[in-house]
Amino acid sequence: MAEAREDQVGRTIELVFREEAGRIVSSLAAAFGLGRLELIEDALGEALLKAMRHWSYGNVPPNPAAWLMTVARNRILDVLRRDTRFRAKEIEIAAAAEPGRRPDAPMPDELRDDQLRLMFACCHPQLPPEGRIGLTLKSLCGFSVSEIARAFLSTPEAIAKRLARARATLREARVAFEIPAEAELSSRLDSVLHVLYLLFNEGYSASQGDDLIRLELCAEAIRLATLLTGNAATATPKTHALLALFFLQASRLPARSSGAGEILLLPTQDRSRWDKTMIAKGLLHLDLAATGEEASSFHLQAGIAAAHCSAATYEATDWPGIVALYDLLLQIDPSPIVELNRAIAVAKVHGPSAGLAAVESIRNQKGLDRYHLFYAVRAQFYRTLDRPTEAKRDYRRALELTLIPAEREFLERQLRGLWRDKEAGE
Amino acid sequence: MLLLRGGISHQELSPEQMQRHIERYLSWIDRLRETGHFVAGEPLAESGKLLSGPNGSTVTDGPFAESKEEVGGYFILQAPDLEAAVELARGCPIFANGGTVEVRPIESPPEP
Repeated sequence: MAEAREDQVGRTIELVFREEAGRIVSSLAAAFGLGRLELIEDALGEALLKAMRHWSYGNVPPNPAAWLMTVARNRILDVLRRDTRFRAKEIEIAAAAEPGRRPDAPMPDELRDDQLRLMFACCHPQLPPEGRIGLTLKSLCGFSVSEIARAFLSTPEAIAKRLARARATLREARVAFEIPAEAELSSRLDSVLHVLYLLFNEGYSASQGDDLIRLELCAEAIRLATLLTGNAATATPKTHALLALFFLQASRLPARSSGAGEILLLPTQDRSRWDKTMIAKGLLHLDLAATGEEASSFHLQAGIAAAHCSAATYEATDWPGIVALYDLLLQIDPSPIVELNRAIAVAKVHGPSAGLAAVESIRNQKGLDRYHLFYAVRAQFYRTLDRPTEAKRDYRRALELTLIPAEREFLERQLRGLWRDKEAGE
Repeated sequence: MLLLRGGISHQELSPEQMQRHIERYLSWIDRLRETGHFVAGEPLAESGKLLSGPNGSTVTDGPFAESKEEVGGYFILQAPDLEAAVELARGCPIFANGGTVEVRPIESPPEP
C-alpha cells in the first residue's frame, strides 16, 4: 500500500511517525491520565514539529522514537509544573512512572496494551459514533484534524469541535484507562470492532475523497485489529474474523483500478495483481476465527471474501456457497446492500432472470431507489437478457445518481458497451 | 553558506507529511555527504533579538515576525566555486514548497 505514496524518497527514518504517534499518546495517557488527552496530543504535536525542524538538517538522534517520547513527556511536565492545581508530588509520580516504558523496544506487551486501553476509551459507548471514529483516528492513528475532515467530507472546524466534545466526555464521564473486565468485555469489544469496521469501509468503498487517505484508513484498521489479536482477552474469534475480512478485501485493492484509473469490477480484474500475502494472512485469521461457536456478520463477510479470493477465475467462483453465506448474513444483519450483492450471486447460480427477480423483490427497500448501484446491477441483468432499452434506461438512471468521476466513467463505458452489443447483433 | 527561507508551513501537517518532509531533506543531505560536499546544517530558532544603535543599546524582537523573510536555517557546503554551490543547492527540497535558498560564499582571506 505504501509504494504509491512517495516517489523520490530514498532515505527513510527507522520508525513510522503515524504509528509512533499512537504509541506515544497511549503511553503518555497511561502516565498522565485520559483527562489530559488534549495536552498529550498538543505536546506530541510540538515534539513532532521539533523533530521536523531539527532532523531536516541532518541531525537525527540515535533513537528517534525515544527522543520523541522524551520531548513530548518533558513538554507535558513543563505545562503541569506551571499549573498550580497540579501538586508537585503528582508530577514526580507521573514522571517516575515513565522509565519502565521504552518506546524503542519491539512492541512489549505493556506498550501494546496501552494502545488497546486507549482504543477502548476512544470507542467508549458514551461517545457518539462519529466521535469514536474521530478520536480513534486522532489519538491512535496520528491523523491530523484536516486529514480526518478530508476522509469524512467535513470541515476541520467541525472535526475539531467533535474531537473537543469527545475528549470532554471522556474526562467528565471519568472513563477508565483499561481493558474492560470480563463482564463488559464482549460489548465493549464489539464497539471497538465496529469502529474499525467503519474505518476500513470508509477507506475501502471506492466512493469519494482523497485516495491516499483512503489507503491509510484501510492500513490503520488492519494495524489496530492486528494489535487486538495480540492480547488474549481481545483476540476473540470475532476479532480474527474482522481482521480476516480486512486482509481479504484489501488484497484486491491493487487490482481494482486499471492503469488509467478506471474502476475494474471482480469479473474483469487481473487476479495476478491480488496481494497473495494478504490473502494468506486473511485465510489464516479466518481459520483462527473458526474456533468459537459464533458465526458473526464478520465471519460471514470474511467467508464471502475468501470465496472470491480463492477462485482462480470469476466463473470458477463458488457461487452457490456465496449465496448460502449471503442468506445467513441476511438473517443476522439484513440490509438492502447485502440483498443487492446476493442478487448478483443468485444470477451466477440460477441465471440473469433469477437475478432480475431478486433485485425486483427488493426495489421498494429503503433508499435503494436513490442508490446508483441498484440501477447499475439491474442494468447489467437487462443487458445479459438482451433487453438493451431497459439496460440503457437503468445505466442512465445510475449516472444521474452519482457524481464520482471514476464511477461515472464506468457507467458511461457500460453504455458504450451497449451500443457495441447492438451493432454486433445487427 | 546556504540560507533557507520560507518553504513548508509547519501548521497542520500530519505526522505522515512531516515524515516525508524530513525524509526528502535526509535524502538530499545523504547525497551531499556521499559526495563530500556536506559540512554542517542547523535550524535557527523562530525567535531572537535584533540589536542596533550605539553599543547595541536598542534591542528589539525583530525582524523575525514575517515568516517569509525569516531565515529558517542554514547549511554549509564545501564547493569549488559559486556555480558548483548553486548546482548543489538546486537539490534542496525547499523549492517544492515555494521557499528560497540564498547561496553566499564564505570568503577566505585574500592571498597576499
